Amino acid sequence: MSELVRRPSGEVFARPEIDMTTRFAGVSFPNPVFTASGCAAAGQELDQFFDISELGGVVTKSIMLSPRSGRATPRMAETPSGMLNSIGLQGPGIDAFLEKDLPWLAARGARAVVSIAGGSIDEYTKLTQKLRGTAVSMIEVNISCPNVEDRGHVFACEPRTAGAVIQAVKRAAPTGVPIFAKLSPDVTDITSVAQACVSAGADGLSVINTLLGMVIDTNTMRPALAGVTGGLSGPAIRPVAVRCVWQIRQALPDVPILGMGGIRTGLDALEFVLAGANAISVGTAVFGDPSAPIRVLDELARALAERGFRRFEDAISFAHKPPEQRLPQGPDPVGDVLYDEESGPLT
Amino acid sequence: MPVQVQGEVLSIRRVGAYHSMTLVAPGMAELTRPGHFVAVQVGGGGETSMLLRRAFAIYDVKDRGLYGGTVEIVFAVHGKGTAWLAARRPADKLDLVGPLGKPFRLPAQPVTATLVGGGYGSAPLLPLAAILRERGCRVDFVLGAATADRLFGQLEAKRIATSMEETTDDGTRGTQGRVSDVLPALLDRTDSDVLYACGPMAMLKAVSELARVRGIPCQVAVEESMACGIGVCMTCVLPVIGDDGLTRMVRACVEGPVLQGDRVRWDDIGSLPADVVGSLNAASTGGGH
Repeated sequence: MSELVRRPSGEVFARPEIDMTTRFAGVSFPNPVFTASGCAAAGQELDQFFDISELGGVVTKSIMLSPRSGRATPRMAETPSGMLNSIGLQGPGIDAFLEKDLPWLAARGARAVVSIAGGSIDEYTKLTQKLRGTAVSMIEVNISCPNVEDRGHVFACEPRTAGAVIQAVKRAAPTGVPIFAKLSPDVTDITSVAQACVSAGADGLSVINTLLGMVIDTNTMRPALAGVTGGLSGPAIRPVAVRCVWQIRQALPDVPILGMGGIRTGLDALEFVLAGANAISVGTAVFGDPSAPIRVLDELARALAERGFRRFEDAISFAHKPPEQRLPQGPDPVGDVLYDEESGPLT
Repeated sequence: MPVQVQGEVLSIRRVGAYHSMTLVAPGMAELTRPGHFVAVQVGGGGETSMLLRRAFAIYDVKDRGLYGGTVEIVFAVHGKGTAWLAARRPADKLDLVGPLGKPFRLPAQPVTATLVGGGYGSAPLLPLAAILRERGCRVDFVLGAATADRLFGQLEAKRIATSMEETTDDGTRGTQGRVSDVLPALLDRTDSDVLYACGPMAMLKAVSELARVRGIPCQVAVEESMACGIGVCMTCVLPVIGDDGLTRMVRACVEGPVLQGDRVRWDDIGSLPADVVGSLNAASTGGGH
């Protein structure tokens, strides 16, 4: 008998008998659904709506060394199937985070993926050092930050600078804690940045961060955001994200990928998995539906079961497989059907 | 603690320039206090292109009855989200999250309270007035709007309160002008102990300033543009002075929407004061979304 589950919506359903475990970079997660950085704070708010320890992991909002006010408002503009944000990494700083937020996540039984962001290589190093001996399960390095020592050029936009951050973080990192580089899609060739990060020691890649966008308010005739430009997220960017996951999977067949970008449903998540993601993050969808991550987990499990998978991991990169390998288990289902002989043969 | 529920439209009606919608919201009504808000999914969920909820102050609440608990909201059509909402009909389903935010704090003593509502900002003040009256408070109302059809709740305010004054920018109802034009004389007359206000930011600023000059505690319910309403997106922030005297960008959805008027740095909304904790203006490093 499969287990019955009750969701915040009141829905009760039989969880399909499918092994949702995903293992990468030497770590095993009970399922492949994570929150996305900047869309779940440090987990406490979402825990009001569902048990966040049921997720594969909670990716925190990017933490910096010092407390940060973020930018002026307006910080947000809704766009077709998406939104633009320019928050400016508002946050309490790493010390307050380590004192309050990380212990809370650990006590709650959640697997904490700590996102870190810095303005220099030295800041990334110091942040990583502070994570030694803590309850961190994984580190996601937000490299979509301007390098103050290089005229504000964004680390993620060049293979050399992206690799330099990852190398510094990897050297400072606690043993056994995977380091994921979060890549920006605003580059000419995302695979070359991916390759540079892996060569520099990244254990995996988070794909993708937001795309740089802009909205002009036609009433005020000024940019809608105080920060002028902002990061575009939501289902509007999903095809871009799936393409990036696909390209990186082709270029780097073995690198673990945490896929994200506009995932709203289990089928959206499945697209990323088929394209090559070992796990996925639900981000902007949370703003419209605070229980979205757990709903996506349920929907993904059902979608996999409907397609004949018994293990989540069998679906990873499935879209890359040649047609003759596309039925992973059991005989051809058509071959199982017993036809009534009197109904006549097919031509 | 908020709940996420499948709600249902019980009724929708036009009130002047606004729409008033009563929603069956199981489990929400009994948790709601005046000042709380509800975040409503628009566009029907699924593949809608509108991802973000719309937040509305909760007006009337009925925690039992034929339909179970109901909450009522009052809104104006501002954009495609509210236009979609205004087109809903009884029995339509809506995904609701609430009650959200911090409600109005109530005085422990039977004090004299002045309530100031701008436009449909009077909606959360009406249930507040009823509770204040139950506690033996004197309640006086000032309702203001641009035009007569943008006033809301005058009849109810009149019934609950000791006095009710109206102002309109164009003079189509009550005194021509702003609420801040009639408020000083009212405060002189009633010797009000506390002020409560809800409405546009400019009005809240003017009311807070009047209260500060007179040394009257003032609570305001702010309306900031927000993406999530539950405290995770950090878009609805405004600069507020804390108990330690330091200014921080606080979330209107979680630390608010009800704030102490004298703690809000009204002139700095939409900018970044250099002395805010962790100011990007002061910091040497920066960036990222």
